[in-house]
Amino acid sequence: MEFVYTEEERMMLQMARSFAEKEVKPLAKDTDKEHKYPAETVKKMAELGLMGVSVPVDYEGSGMSNICYSIAIEEISRHCAATGVIMSVNNSLACDPVKIFGTEAQKQKYLADMASGRKLGCLGLTEPNAGSDAANLSTTAVLDGDDWVINGRKIFITNGNEADYCILIAATDKSKGHRGLSAFIVELDNPGFSVGTLEDKLGIRGSSTAELVFEDCRIPKDNLLGEVGKGFKVALTTLDGGRIGIASQALGIARAAIEDATAYAKERVQFGKPIAKLQAIQWMLADLSTQYEAARLLTHRAAYLKDQGQSFGKEAAMAKLMAAETAMKAATQGIQILGGYGYTTDYPLERYFRDAKITEIYEGTSEVMRLVIATNILQ
Amino acid sequence: MSIVVCAEQRDGKLSKVTFEALSEGKRLAAASGETLKALVIGSGVAACADELKKYGADEIAVADNEALAAYTTETYAAVLAAYIAQESPALVLMGHSTVGRELAARAAGIADCGLVSDCVAIESADGDYLFKHPVYAGKAIGTFKISGATRLATLRPNVFAIEESDGAGAVVDFAPEIPAAKVTVKAVNKVSGDRPELTEADIICSGGRGLGGPEGFKLIEDLADSLGAAVGSSRAAVDAGWREHAAQVGQTGKVVSPNLYIASGISGAIQHLAGMGTSKYIVGINKDGEANIFNVADYGIEGDLNKIIPALVEKLKEA
Amino acid sequence: MKIVTCIKQTFDTEAKIVVGGDGQISDEGVNMILNPYDEYAVEEAIKTKEKDGGEVVVVTVGGDKAQEALRYSLAMGADRAVLINDPALEKADSHAVSVALAKLLSDKEAGYDVIFAGKEAVDDGAAQVPSRLAAKLDLALANVVVAVELADGKATVTREIDGGTEELEMALPALISAQKGLNEVRYPSLPGIMKAKRKPLDVVSLADLGLSAEDVASKVEMVSAELPPARKAGQKLTGEVDEVVAKLVELLKNEAKVI
Ligand SMILES: Cc1cc2nc3c(=O)[nH]c(=O)nc-3n(C[C@H](O)[C@H](O)[C@H](O)COP(=O)(O)OP(=O)(O)OC[C@H]3O[C@@H](n4cnc5c(N)ncnc54)[C@H](O)[C@@H]3O)c2cc1C
Repeated sequence: MEFVYTEEERMMLQMARSFAEKEVKPLAKDTDKEHKYPAETVKKMAELGLMGVSVPVDYEGSGMSNICYSIAIEEISRHCAATGVIMSVNNSLACDPVKIFGTEAQKQKYLADMASGRKLGCLGLTEPNAGSDAANLSTTAVLDGDDWVINGRKIFITNGNEADYCILIAATDKSKGHRGLSAFIVELDNPGFSVGTLEDKLGIRGSSTAELVFEDCRIPKDNLLGEVGKGFKVALTTLDGGRIGIASQALGIARAAIEDATAYAKERVQFGKPIAKLQAIQWMLADLSTQYEAARLLTHRAAYLKDQGQSFGKEAAMAKLMAAETAMKAATQGIQILGGYGYTTDYPLERYFRDAKITEIYEGTSEVMRLVIATNILQ
Repeated sequence: MSIVVCAEQRDGKLSKVTFEALSEGKRLAAASGETLKALVIGSGVAACADELKKYGADEIAVADNEALAAYTTETYAAVLAAYIAQESPALVLMGHSTVGRELAARAAGIADCGLVSDCVAIESADGDYLFKHPVYAGKAIGTFKISGATRLATLRPNVFAIEESDGAGAVVDFAPEIPAAKVTVKAVNKVSGDRPELTEADIICSGGRGLGGPEGFKLIEDLADSLGAAVGSSRAAVDAGWREHAAQVGQTGKVVSPNLYIASGISGAIQHLAGMGTSKYIVGINKDGEANIFNVADYGIEGDLNKIIPALVEKLKEA
Repeated sequence: MKIVTCIKQTFDTEAKIVVGGDGQISDEGVNMILNPYDEYAVEEAIKTKEKDGGEVVVVTVGGDKAQEALRYSLAMGADRAVLINDPALEKADSHAVSVALAKLLSDKEAGYDVIFAGKEAVDDGAAQVPSRLAAKLDLALANVVVAVELADGKATVTREIDGGTEELEMALPALISAQKGLNEVRYPSLPGIMKAKRKPLDVVSLADLGLSAEDVASKVEMVSAELPPARKAGQKLTGEVDEVVAKLVELLKNEAKVI
């Protein structure tokens, strides 16, 4: 067993860290405050190959490992979790399913467009009545001649307001339950498509969370992704990989909170000495650092297994569960360490706190993560 | 044996750090019984000799040649290296200015001598010398030794005290062969106007992100002008494009050690402290009472710099 | 054009400096990076190649770990790298480094048109290697450069001098050391990082260069290092603006005696 980064991973780290510090950090506060989609940053990330990290070079991706992908998401989320999720969704939820399930022609067009960052992708799964119970979809796709005709609404879709392509899961045969679901690639410049409500939300406010409305939205027959009736498998496989991204995002937030709180504790003097000298503070930092390290090992292992082509669903769920809960705890205690200052917007801790919460919810709640893990170990 | 100070002049005017080097050279020469010699290089620079004498030079070698009218590293370094070959001094001192540092290094490259750059202290010990030089941008101070008959050192400006003393001041001509210049100086643009050069200034007024914008530097300039000070900047203000990089103080900017450093709207990041931590007195003005600058400032004022600086300028005018 | 860039791997500028029991600075657990000024040099080299064609060779003197800084430069877009690695160079000073580089550049890597370097390394802060190397190779030299134009076998550069800038012109080959502001340093792209793995990186020893350990014997030795005395917080002046300003002027005049 080896616990050292490869040369490639070290370079990724150095590059992503310096990119995040110089390009992402200065915008993070405004991105949050003004709910502003960081379009310029996304463009720069695309130029660097960050929008298709582990997509093969043949499809204009960067051809790197999932460990590199995790490193990049963590570094970017260290300074801006909203930018982190925009990147994560394009990589994991949009590129990955096309890479895994797409035809050669779909890869040449859609995968290359999204991996290069020319186009932005999103995943349309959740509906008002299908959250954790993701198979309970109402959106339908009906074959009509050479077209699929889509009707229905998706909600809470990250990147929904900016995306060019949507990986859509819809029911092609309602009678068959989750075996009646199919996946599609939808080009969103379609007259049958419109963006509905945009959510106003607690955190990751620089990334859009949109309602997608499909009304007799016609797409070519060839835009079926994978086989008819295998849509739920596409969704689950996609989310397994996505959880590595969200775990990495959570790691970034956790690290931000721990680093900022540590720096503050060393400087803040009360009762004549830095509060870092107080055992109460030390124990918080010790626990948080330990949990962060544990979460990072889990995340890197899940990424490693994915790189090896082994099954990694359980590990990804563990990683996301652990990393998300660590992020939430680190942000909560980070604020605690800063006291009143942590509660104000003068310090970014309150932003970390708001951003951390979502990692316990999307791409499967922490309860659902436990369910996945339990199912795996009890089967 | 001798101690040599290589004087730095531009347009016949000697730089302040030259006198600092001479004064330090004199102290070291007095301790070791060596003679203090000065070398001045240029064209029409004979007049500099008088001034060099005032700081204790026993002998002043003047390399006066039209070919040396414009400074180029290769010609000046050739002269210095030739002088080193002729004198084989125990020690050669010069200022760690932009010119001094490259001149010393190029001459050391020709003469194959050891050089410690940017010294903040030199001690003589048993016929040898120990040189102190901040490393890792001032996060540590190294003590260095140089092997070989001749040791070169450049001195950080504003650190070594200037003392006048009488030297014999004998003037001798030094006329080595001068190689053809490889570089042509097309133009020299002075930018800081009437204000002193940052690294040589006794007082520096610096501004940072807390100024709120480029117009905030007007306040800093007013303050600087009321004190005869140079204007500096933090990295944040340079990165924001409010000030040119030449004004940046800190790890990736200039290293300064004035008598007084007034930091306004500068949080005091470690990288900034690396560039001004050796200032004799530091004043910090910042609206954030927790700003790190207050951990190093001799005098700290917590408050709105837009009110404090104008009031300070008024007060200084009164005085 | 053959463009050579001299680089150095240094401590991360955020690294905490620890002096070990032997009185020397410890590099244990320290994150190493490409010296920030050298990044400008690498960038300028790549930009030059993109404009005028040719090849960018990055060179350094260092241990095994220094390969990372070379690979990083390759990932940015340099074509090939040479590492001079020899036990006799473990404590190399600026003299030793410039002797080794000069030999490499006048021998195996001769035929360059321009050499770029950083104006100084942020670790030893010596700023000597470019000037020493120019002396050894008898090259035109411009240090602390903020603008470069290469055309018709000539370099026209702007460089910082105390109190201003200077415009210099010189025939190639020349050595140019980079100051911050020379350009915007690119990040290595991900495909760049992948390609870097396959680009040639030669490791050469002193023997390969035809040098002996004596040739590169250091002249400067760091006897010991210490942490600088910590500055202490002084006094905070409080009260109305007029009061604190008066107090400050009073203190600067009579206590500090600096105005
Ligand atoms: C900001 C944001 C971005 C999002 N981005 C996307 C996106 O890009 N694409 C997309 O398709 N979706 C997206 N979602 C949707 C997200 O994945 C769902 O919100 C999430 O899966 C939970 O579904 P729900 O909100 O309907 O909650 P519910 O499923 O209603 O859950 C409510 C509560 O019940 C618990 N619960 C539910 N079922 C079980 C169970 N079986 N056992 C134990 N507890 C259970 C849950 O854990 C939770 O605590 C996003 C959501 C948000 C808020």
